[in-house]
Amino acid sequence: MLARLKQMLIKEFIQVFRDKRTRFLLFGPPIIQMVIFGYAATFEIHHVPTVVLDLDHSQESRELFSRFSSSPYFDVQRQLTDSRQMGELIDQGKATVGLEIHAGFAQNLRKGQIAPLQVIVDATNSNTALIASGYITQIALGFAQDYQKDRIYRIAPQMVERIPSVQLESRPWYNPDLRSRWFFVPGIIGSLTLVLVVTLTAFAVVREREIGTLEQIMVTPIRPAEFILGKTLPFFLIGLFDASLIATVGTLWFQVPFRGHILVLATGVILFLLCMLGVGLLISTVSSTQQQAMVTAFFFIMPAITFSGFGFPISTMPPWLQYFTYLSLLRYFLDVLRGTYLKGVGMEILWPQMAAMAGLGLSLLTIAVLRFHKALD
Amino acid sequence: MSYTRLLAVAKKEVIQILRDSRSLIIIVIMPPILVLLFGYGVNLDLKGLPVYVYDRDGSQQSQDLLKRFQASDYFHIVRVVNGYPALTRALDDGHAKMGLVVPWDFSERLRAGGPVQVQALVDGTDDNTANVLIGYTQAVVQGYSSDIQLNWLREHGQAVQPAPVSVETRTWYNEDLESSAFIVPGVLALVMSVIGAFLASLTIAREWERGTMEQLISTPVSALEIMLGKLTPYFVLGMADVVVCALIAIYWFQVPLRGSFLTLLVSSAMFLVAVLSLGFFISVVAKSQLAASQIALLVAFLPAFLLSGFLYAIEQMPIPLQWITRILPARYYVSVLKKIFLKGMPAALLYADLIPLAVFTVVLALLATRAFHKRLA
Repeated sequence: MLARLKQMLIKEFIQVFRDKRTRFLLFGPPIIQMVIFGYAATFEIHHVPTVVLDLDHSQESRELFSRFSSSPYFDVQRQLTDSRQMGELIDQGKATVGLEIHAGFAQNLRKGQIAPLQVIVDATNSNTALIASGYITQIALGFAQDYQKDRIYRIAPQMVERIPSVQLESRPWYNPDLRSRWFFVPGIIGSLTLVLVVTLTAFAVVREREIGTLEQIMVTPIRPAEFILGKTLPFFLIGLFDASLIATVGTLWFQVPFRGHILVLATGVILFLLCMLGVGLLISTVSSTQQQAMVTAFFFIMPAITFSGFGFPISTMPPWLQYFTYLSLLRYFLDVLRGTYLKGVGMEILWPQMAAMAGLGLSLLTIAVLRFHKALD
Repeated sequence: MSYTRLLAVAKKEVIQILRDSRSLIIIVIMPPILVLLFGYGVNLDLKGLPVYVYDRDGSQQSQDLLKRFQASDYFHIVRVVNGYPALTRALDDGHAKMGLVVPWDFSERLRAGGPVQVQALVDGTDDNTANVLIGYTQAVVQGYSSDIQLNWLREHGQAVQPAPVSVETRTWYNEDLESSAFIVPGVLALVMSVIGAFLASLTIAREWERGTMEQLISTPVSALEIMLGKLTPYFVLGMADVVVCALIAIYWFQVPLRGSFLTLLVSSAMFLVAVLSLGFFISVVAKSQLAASQIALLVAFLPAFLLSGFLYAIEQMPIPLQWITRILPARYYVSVLKKIFLKGMPAALLYADLIPLAVFTVVLALLATRAFHKRLA
């Protein structure tokens, strides 16, 4: 049995590595993608093009706007003179944020009446719009707080020492500087592993079937179990190698900390690879052409990434949809990746994810093997 | 060029597509499913974030503060715990995104005067969620602080006016900041990249791999006729998908279509020709379906997903990456889609995107033709 398996493995490795192009495709693109997507995927905003219109010309309005100029999030490019200009600039996409203070702002503020800051945000990218709106509110609130502090100081300087106030001390754990890259790099490692292993395995068996070499193999003394093992083991090893490669490049290039135990991560990677091999094999047993396999693989990959929490928070999905996320195998793997990379947690926290991957992985592999037997009969 | 021969090749391709009913079903139902997936699955407006509370004071004042958190849509107080270990555990296993700690001497120190600190331990793994959470928390705490200050001053005989700066934000083009309105148009680009690049590249790579391309060439059919005949059925399928997806976007997700449907169709046709040519080019260059699918993944699908501005704002990427996006047809198409759907720009104002898109379409079509000729020679 081992001898036959060995022959099968040799054949597979020759087949995979024979072609220079395929050889490059196995290892080159994952690294390139890791680096490019590591830079592309970010929810941070910097220097959002901003225009301001001050119709109040007061010390207060200037003070508020100067807080925007000195913020790293906004790049105040122009002081406008009328609001039509603002509309045009936003329409043309030259400004993303327009801030406007009407006449009477300072007067209202002094009287304790509502003093509005008018904001226009280009929401064609609702993500930038949402984050920018958050920062605008923070800056305006900070201004209001300081203004009130000044006023109290002017009216009752003797009381300032004794006045109670509540302050927020926020401590972001795991990612103290709130870097987007730290969030996305583990996600990209997981997604790339998923795409690579599923497409490779899905193609493996179908290719033999399509070219007609599957029959040739089946007339040899090899048993189905040996065949499947021989088919999947190379991709398991390639997947393992690629995952380590991507993870190493991602970690070193983007300086993402790794705080957990390498063995916990390794366990997670192996279990996830089992799941992906199961999915890939299952796809290849139900497909008769490579095109079919590719289309079916896609049908799996897209939801798996969307529902994994890769970039879109699961908690904001409609509740009925959140149940589907438990079917996304990537979800568990991302928990393991982010858990070991950023949180530095171990099995005591991650065992449910590991158990889920082990259970789903084994079931998928079993179904795939059973189906494969049937397909051969 | 003869239309009869072109039609014959197209007919052969159609028969091949129709015979493989599962691929056809997937080609037909995948686009609507992708639209639904992203329409429902992607919601970047964070609400109801899970919060654990550790109230060490348990006084009237601390309850008042916590009530303000309860009243906000943004927080969902899941549990009140009595110790740091429970908080740490909840942040570690992801059950809480934030742990709010009220110090034991909260009410006492408020009475005594001076600043009191409330602690927010935030899960910083997802920087965006953390940022938004800290912003909302800051606003609640500041509102509370400001109210107790004004009360305190009033009690001490000093009537101080509040300084209410209100931020009146209007989000243009997407008034309700619906994530689906900005995501769903972009899905069209994704769908067409999948159909164009994958299906087209595989269908021709298959002919090479099986050796049927030689048979085809030995007939009187010319290279151009083969190319057009093979791609036309996919063009028709792709355009049908565009219409279906656009209708779902407009009637199901209520995404406004402010521009003209005709402009949408014309620009979609341009993009579709570009990706089909790209797919054809890939299949000529790649020798096998496996290589073709991996290259298509690298140069067509993932860029459409991550580098097109569909999810991540291009302006926020590093400059070299922004240059790379300029050579991607998907970038221009996504930009056109947003401008047609949300901004309602007339075709005449879309030249900045349509001209590069047209140039790429022509260049890619020529490249594909040339490569095919060379390969045949």
